[in-house]
Amino acid sequence: MRVHLKIWRQKDAGTAGKLMDYELDNVDNHMSFLEMMDTLNEQLILKGEMPVEFDHDCREGICGTCGMMINGQAHGPVPGLTACQLHMREFEDGATIYVEPFRAAAFPVKRDLKVDRSAFDRIIQAGGFITASTGQPAEANTILITHETAESAFDSAACIGCGACVATCKNSSAALFTSAKIAHLAKIPQGEKEAAKRVLKMVSRMDEEGFGHCSNTEACEVECPQGISVLNIARMNWEYTKANLLKD
Amino acid sequence: MNFLKSTLSRKNLMALTGLFLCFFLVIHLLGNLQLLLPADRAAESFNYYSNLLSGNIFIKIISYVLYFSLIAHAADALYITLRNKRTTVKYAYDNRKQASKWYSRNMGILGTILLIFLVIHFKDFWYVYKFGVIPYDKNGNKDLYVIVVHAFKSWWYVLIYILSMFALGFHLLHGFKSAVRTLGLYHPGYAAFVQKFGMIYSYVITIGFAVIPVYVHLTQFGLWN
Repeated sequence: MRVHLKIWRQKDAGTAGKLMDYELDNVDNHMSFLEMMDTLNEQLILKGEMPVEFDHDCREGICGTCGMMINGQAHGPVPGLTACQLHMREFEDGATIYVEPFRAAAFPVKRDLKVDRSAFDRIIQAGGFITASTGQPAEANTILITHETAESAFDSAACIGCGACVATCKNSSAALFTSAKIAHLAKIPQGEKEAAKRVLKMVSRMDEEGFGHCSNTEACEVECPQGISVLNIARMNWEYTKANLLKD
Repeated sequence: MNFLKSTLSRKNLMALTGLFLCFFLVIHLLGNLQLLLPADRAAESFNYYSNLLSGNIFIKIISYVLYFSLIAHAADALYITLRNKRTTVKYAYDNRKQASKWYSRNMGILGTILLIFLVIHFKDFWYVYKFGVIPYDKNGNKDLYVIVVHAFKSWWYVLIYILSMFALGFHLLHGFKSAVRTLGLYHPGYAAFVQKFGMIYSYVITIGFAVIPVYVHLTQFGLWN
């Protein structure tokens, strides 16, 4: 199949970028979107041009590294998929496809489609962990936990930190990402001891990184490749208010 | 201080003031339903009710909470909107809107329509009742009923009210659910109930308030007169 691509090219964070046109003929409809990008890049390299830089790692939809706006939607038009799991058969032969980086003030573009999402790492560093001694793994049944609780915590833990929620949000809010980690750890006994401290630190870090307010449009849940529920945000809000009211 | 400045706390202020305004709308609508009575009974009952409210210390306190809520809700919305302008970057090709409802993304515009409506509404009724020259009815109460009926004489004034009430309806449709969510109701069962309740509430408030000017216009000046 043949596609007409309009791809955002930008030299570095300080330079203005723009959409550039590319034609690609030899696209197999079984290719993933990223394989199609690889094909384009091979073509560009042969022509002596700079390849289009984009983030990718596992290409199995589980690492959260890839992420781009495809036709104006985070990870493209198919719900519940990362860009690497999107296949070219989802597009018509001869289609025009717009490819842009995830955009937010807190996610500066490094080059082309590559975006600096280290703000997420710093939010996690602020409190997205539990304090436990390292060494021998503890006996698994020391802390009893119901199946439902474990499943619910795992639903929140399924966030891969790709940033589609921020890219989709009209306010560039990181509420879904931050709340997923807060809810994941608040739900299980290992995490609830530090829940108050955690939520205060993570929310404060989220604000310092320059993410916007959550206005509950719920677009993040719709575009999330892992289907993380917006009820995590409600949980975060609850934990935050509780922590503030009961603070020493 | 950090607590008061955080994005979550600013949203909590929006939610609390918003929910108070939601509560006020119910009381306001219940009072206004008297306007649907036959004309002579409506006049007597509505004027008595207005007089009762204006003389009550409890209502006075509520009214100050109301003024505060209106101003804080609007001011906080402005602050949040301006801050969010700095957190976002424009896309060259943007197709994100299909992931959410149009009214959830345009609460600011709906809110601005409501603010303009409120200026008109306060000027024509609140200000006139409190500070204007106003006739008295036969029971010695200020005759607000005459003012109301006179206002709804023009069809375009009725139209402004209907359009504003639809703006209110969409504002509530997102606002009620969003406020409760912001305050942290995360239980899936209750969240589903709130969603349904919010929807029914929004419909009742919108239709209730929109029907009154139409009814008054039609019975006093229109086809049904």
